[in-house]
Amino acid sequence: MKKYPMGTLGSESRRRLLAGVAGVGALVAFGTGRALAAPLGGSAALGLAEIPDGTLAEQLLYALPGKVPLIKKSFRPPNFETPIQYFRTPITRNDAFFVRWHLAGIPELKAQDYALTVGGESADREVKFTLDQMKKDFKAVEITAVCQCSGNRRGLFQPHVAGVEWGVGAMGNAVWRGVRLRDLLAQAGLKGNALEVVLNGAETPVIDKTPDFVKSLPLDVALDENTIVAYEMNGKPLPHWNGGPARLIVPGWTGTYWTKQFVSAKVVSKPEGNFWMSTAYRVPRDKYKMRHFTSQFGHPNEPITTMVVNSLVTSIQSGQRIARGKPIPVKGIAWDSGAGIDRVEVSTDYGASWHKAKLGKDLGRFSFREFALELPTHDSGAVLVMARATSKSGETQTEQLVFNPAGYHHNVMQRIYVEVV
Amino acid sequence: MRTRTIGALVGALVFAAAGSVMAQEDKVVLKDAPGKDKTMQCIACHSVDYIPMNASFLNKAGWTAEVNKMINVFGAPIPKTDVEEIATYLTQNYGVGPAK
Repeated sequence: MKKYPMGTLGSESRRRLLAGVAGVGALVAFGTGRALAAPLGGSAALGLAEIPDGTLAEQLLYALPGKVPLIKKSFRPPNFETPIQYFRTPITRNDAFFVRWHLAGIPELKAQDYALTVGGESADREVKFTLDQMKKDFKAVEITAVCQCSGNRRGLFQPHVAGVEWGVGAMGNAVWRGVRLRDLLAQAGLKGNALEVVLNGAETPVIDKTPDFVKSLPLDVALDENTIVAYEMNGKPLPHWNGGPARLIVPGWTGTYWTKQFVSAKVVSKPEGNFWMSTAYRVPRDKYKMRHFTSQFGHPNEPITTMVVNSLVTSIQSGQRIARGKPIPVKGIAWDSGAGIDRVEVSTDYGASWHKAKLGKDLGRFSFREFALELPTHDSGAVLVMARATSKSGETQTEQLVFNPAGYHHNVMQRIYVEVV
Repeated sequence: MRTRTIGALVGALVFAAAGSVMAQEDKVVLKDAPGKDKTMQCIACHSVDYIPMNASFLNKAGWTAEVNKMINVFGAPIPKTDVEEIATYLTQNYGVGPAK
């Protein structure tokens, strides 16, 4: 039987760990026993830095119509996070899927009134598609893909940065069904100078001067076979709160490009220059391993594009007690931008050695991938459980935060203490 | 026809429900202190839970930058002469460091 080295912390090693290796999250979680009465949506209990005090005090569970109670970040525009228990399955339920809107003018679009207009100066013509026409005239495709807000885990940044202070649940994984954007674009016809496709949803600002939430994609991504206009989510009509009647699905890319209530696609020959592209959703140039959106390069930054590899342990919390002799169950989900998950490894000796978890069923390279490993316990004492995912392209989670001012791309590995008693 | 009726009904329900979400935000109450009245101008565009959500890590410069961003980038209809009073209120009640 395989033996796992288990770290039992003496006072010296504990001091050393708290002084540096473990970081703020473990310190907060371990220092006061706070994790035993973990606050709603808190991240310290997950072995990560805690979200801001003000966020912890303000947030509450609230059920939007058609949703289970989610962690309320803001009422208007509605921003609601998925509680961790809903990540114990690889597919996220529609009624538990996170909700994120930028602007408060969110129309109630009925399926029969919905239409997507495809055109622009680099298209040969403008074509309008109703939902019925999309379903009748184009081939339907299905893809399982993670939708993750660019700012997922922003609240864990140290130092904290302003914005929607998300914990770990501004994400979800679903089976999306719809038609390929490229099939619709083909009906409009592309001119030789086509560079980007500009995306707009029906969501509008409440005052005229606020920039409308408009995004763009490189042409090759808009034409990718996996980029779809989805009208179904997990076999049901796409919920209003998640962008129904139809939204864009851009597997591997962060949620900002997944335009909700998708009503307009314009093919253009120049880089889209509005606030949401040129100023917001940017990260320092060449700091992260991701697809580069070169027509949008600025100095000294570039747009956030694809997701970084990440994982979430959902089965244990810091401060949890495990009876000596019983295994520590380490289970969770891992994901990346589409290379697929190669392995998830767990360490109990502060990263000196790593043990591969068993991966769950492969639901596709853009999906959450489940993992599980049982760690036997031999001695009583505190055990630090660390977990990291590595993608098939060789990317792995970071030990320390790679900071950026907008709070994107947090993929610091968890450090969870359990007490073997 | 039947589908259409159900669709209309669902539409109406979603609309009514959105109204009830709007009502919830009235339960978010900012701290009573000088400057609160001017700070309440923020509700023109968003619920004020954005403020306690971002407590308590921004200093005076941080809150001032946020208010200016709302005015200059998002076009908030707030007079520039109110920025100092709002930033002071936010720093004193939801921030860190000196407010003056």
